[in-house]
Amino acid sequence: MKELDTSGFSCPEPVIMTKKALKESPEGLTVIVDNRASKENVTRYATALGYKVKTEEGSGNWHLMISK
Amino acid sequence: MKHEEKVKLAIAGGLIGLAAVVLTAFGNPGNMGFCIACFLRDTAGAMHLHNAAIVQYVRPEIIGIVLGSFALGVIRKDFKPRGGSSPVLRFVIGFIVMLGALVFLGCPLRMVLRLAGGDLNALVALFGFIAGIGVGCIFLSNGFSLGKAEKESSTEGVAFPALTVLLFILFMAVPSLFLFSETGPGSMHAPVALALLAGLAVGAAAERTRLCMAGGIRDIFLIKDFTLISGFIAIFAVTLIGNLITGSFHLGFTGQPVSHPMHLWNFLGMFAVGLGSVMLGGCPLRQLILAGEGSSDSAMAVFGMIAGAAFAHNFSLASTAEKGPGVNGKVALVAAIVILLAIATIVTMKKRREG
Repeated sequence: MKELDTSGFSCPEPVIMTKKALKESPEGLTVIVDNRASKENVTRYATALGYKVKTEEGSGNWHLMISK
Repeated sequence: MKHEEKVKLAIAGGLIGLAAVVLTAFGNPGNMGFCIACFLRDTAGAMHLHNAAIVQYVRPEIIGIVLGSFALGVIRKDFKPRGGSSPVLRFVIGFIVMLGALVFLGCPLRMVLRLAGGDLNALVALFGFIAGIGVGCIFLSNGFSLGKAEKESSTEGVAFPALTVLLFILFMAVPSLFLFSETGPGSMHAPVALALLAGLAVGAAAERTRLCMAGGIRDIFLIKDFTLISGFIAIFAVTLIGNLITGSFHLGFTGQPVSHPMHLWNFLGMFAVGLGSVMLGGCPLRQLILAGEGSSDSAMAVFGMIAGAAFAHNFSLASTAEKGPGVNGKVALVAAIVILLAIATIVTMKKRREG
């Protein structure tokens, strides 16, 4: 699955990056976020579009598996 | 989850509204329970950075907000020292945001409080704020970014909260170091302990919920999400009710506390604040919260705002109540908006070229 690393970017940028990436791969992707605000915003955005989001906590970041 | 977040934001917004009503009842200027721009300006004045005698006071609310965010950030492991995302640009944008706020006479938070006090000038300003955010969102969707922040040492992250502690200690122990207004808005303030406590509560609540005045409107434009805006609405609703109970609600354009009815300049002032806030990733309140969470980029924006406040008063750029901005303020604000648009355009074009 395609991976998008948004580490170091703060909101709303990770959401915009996710929006663009989902346009390119509408079947889903994994988004790496390194702050809680982005984790919640990206999750909320993907959920609103009808995607399922599975979250795995890494060391200091989160992997958000976004799929249909 | 979506509903739960909205409820949390509504509670946080309600708490801020309540704190604002209480602080005003206990001495803060009218419709100024909280105003990040005004309070940073007052604090700059107290530190001898400008010589406007009516707006000088070390506002404990600011110190409380930063420390409330820092404390909860450490507890919730949200405290992450980072920086290096265009610090000088952030300083400049913070400077301009402050200039816009001081032409309007309030940050986005005070704009909502003024609205809830019946000050219709704030409604004109809200349109300017929305327009500024709209323009900012166009840049964002076209690739505007101040760049990636890197991890930094905990010393760097703690530096800003530590500075606010030092300021508070000096304020308590050696008040003779500072200038304090004897008349005007700077002389009106709630008791120190109450102001500090209210700041701590608001700082913690805003850290927890990421409440942001600009973010609420931005998310509607950008991703049609109405979550963040609920905090904004809750602040308005609770303050409105509080003002009605305490008899502080007066509908109209004139005779409003620390306000002026120059529509064009209220609009343009908040246009600059809206656009600048989107470029910074959050309104002045959010910058304080992020600085508390260890972002040295946001700390730079706050320093820019403090410098902006000092310049605004030393060079007569800030508006005066009732009269509005003078020639200096009008010229400076228009120039500042041009600079803001130039920064946004250049950064966006460069990003697009990089792909």
